[in-house]
Amino acid sequence: MELKPGSRWKSAVCDAQLVVVRPPSAAGELQCGGAPVLPIDDATAPGGDVSADFAEGVMIGKRYTDEASGIEVLGAKAGKGSLAFNGVAMTIKGAKPLPASD
Amino acid sequence: MRTPLLLDIAADACSDRPAVGGRADGLDFAAYRARASRVAAWLAGKGKANTAFLGMNGDALPVLLFASGMAGTPFIPLNYRLADADLGKLVARTAPAVLVADDEMLARIAPVDGVELVARSDFEVEFLQGDVPEPVLLDEAENDIAVLLFTSGTTGEPKAAVLRHGNLTSYVMSTVEFLGADEDEAALVSVPSYHIAGISAILTAAYGGRRIVYLPAFTAEDWVATAAREGITHAMVVPTMLDRILDVMAATGEALPALRALSYGGGKMPEPVIARALAMLPHVAFVNAYGLTETSSTIALLGADDHRAAFASDDPVVRRRIASVGQPLPTLELEIRREDGSCCDIGEHGEIHVRGEQVSGEYLHKKAIADDGWFATNDAGWLDEGGYLFVEGRLDDVIVRGGENISPGEIEDVLRGFADIADCAVLGIPCEKWGEKVVAVIVSRSGAPDTGAMAATIKAKLRSTKTPEQWFVRDELPYNETGKLLRRILKAELAEEVCAG
Repeated sequence: MELKPGSRWKSAVCDAQLVVVRPPSAAGELQCGGAPVLPIDDATAPGGDVSADFAEGVMIGKRYTDEASGIEVLGAKAGKGSLAFNGVAMTIKGAKPLPASD
Repeated sequence: MRTPLLLDIAADACSDRPAVGGRADGLDFAAYRARASRVAAWLAGKGKANTAFLGMNGDALPVLLFASGMAGTPFIPLNYRLADADLGKLVARTAPAVLVADDEMLARIAPVDGVELVARSDFEVEFLQGDVPEPVLLDEAENDIAVLLFTSGTTGEPKAAVLRHGNLTSYVMSTVEFLGADEDEAALVSVPSYHIAGISAILTAAYGGRRIVYLPAFTAEDWVATAAREGITHAMVVPTMLDRILDVMAATGEALPALRALSYGGGKMPEPVIARALAMLPHVAFVNAYGLTETSSTIALLGADDHRAAFASDDPVVRRRIASVGQPLPTLELEIRREDGSCCDIGEHGEIHVRGEQVSGEYLHKKAIADDGWFATNDAGWLDEGGYLFVEGRLDDVIVRGGENISPGEIEDVLRGFADIADCAVLGIPCEKWGEKVVAVIVSRSGAPDTGAMAATIKAKLRSTKTPEQWFVRDELPYNETGKLLRRILKAELAEEVCAG
């Protein structure tokens, strides 16, 4: 799983879609709903269950980070599963949006 | 990260949301991407390194910008206001390129090897009209450079500022929330395509999910009529535009109830104009933005709350922040430095330096950024105790009088505080005694300015060496179309007058 900035992924177990904004400092696995994410162009339809431990949801437009590795991910489509990196739940980045300036 | 990704994820998430153009006949996000992908395939087939554009604002522009990114060709918008000879030189520098040009401008371009001219009307018939095509799937391109913008070249040959995909996407993603706009929001863009704000407006609107509407070229009447007709909620204006917009609103009685936010930048806004705008548009949030081409647009913002706080405050420190550009974006570093490179104290004037992912600080074949990533803006400024940034103008405009460095900006700020001053500029004119002397050029509302009282106020608030020694009254000051005061022209004219007199 090469988590390059700009790379797009989708959840294997829900409708969430993701974009990597910042890569992790070391290789690891991005997970959604408890399952490894799939490349965006993977033909597999979402299936299986969202793990009860990772069911807080992904929100569209929100940014999620894992402090230890530095990985940062954008929610490009919402889903029921929540994000984790190597099994550690990622947290929402509480940046206040700036007013439009151009 | 590449700029087409911004459109891609928006089109995937909200394909039927309005994206570009009028409410009646515009493109939704799916059509926007599909049309851009067709253009990209066509550009890739041409095999030219660059994609250039010469023309007025319109829906073809954002489609061409994203298509260039998809095809992997830098996008080069050209300034149609240049004289034909200067324009010709820039066209030659875009080669090898596909150049899409307005039909009326085609005759201005002499044939150049490697530059294929395409009439805009042909381009629009082929790519913007008729049924929305199926999108073409293209492999992700590899080139780094997203946009080349020629600087205005007032001090020599125009330089081509390089904006990489990484700079622009970093700027967009750090300042805009993905699909943060409501579905009914629409931005009116009137800055030209060859201005950085014209480029960033396209990218931030796509990522934010906000429709963009174009004015082919700015007139205050068209601006107000379009804003009313299209339910415009957001817009960016340069200082010279706002006063004229308010005049038209006053004359027509149009109140623009849909408008929510107006940002302004590109030069100092006279305080009376802001006060008037706040009074006439009480439902609108005002944002002052400061940025440069080399920084992918905005690096500091004075928000709506700051505007209100400044106008409501009796504290002179808070009150004067209305003349500031607010605080630096949280995603970048900003320092004021002395000539020896050390950091200035609070309130001390120096050169503004910035560092961050959105900062390109680069020209074609010439990096202007230090090895540690800091970019010297060549703008003079200072920070107050709250971290508010005051921009004094270009370092080159600093007046050196008898060895003392004097920023025109602080003197102009005092002058703008007079109700009679509609506009003003303070300049240094060569003088035998001091090297340069301070002169003021003012536009008076009454036609009978009390320059004695103005001089006394400057002397009291600043000091005697900063008090203009000569005053010139003009009907208006020279600006370029993006609101930049043409100081060099004014200075040259005054130097002649002073010598002749």
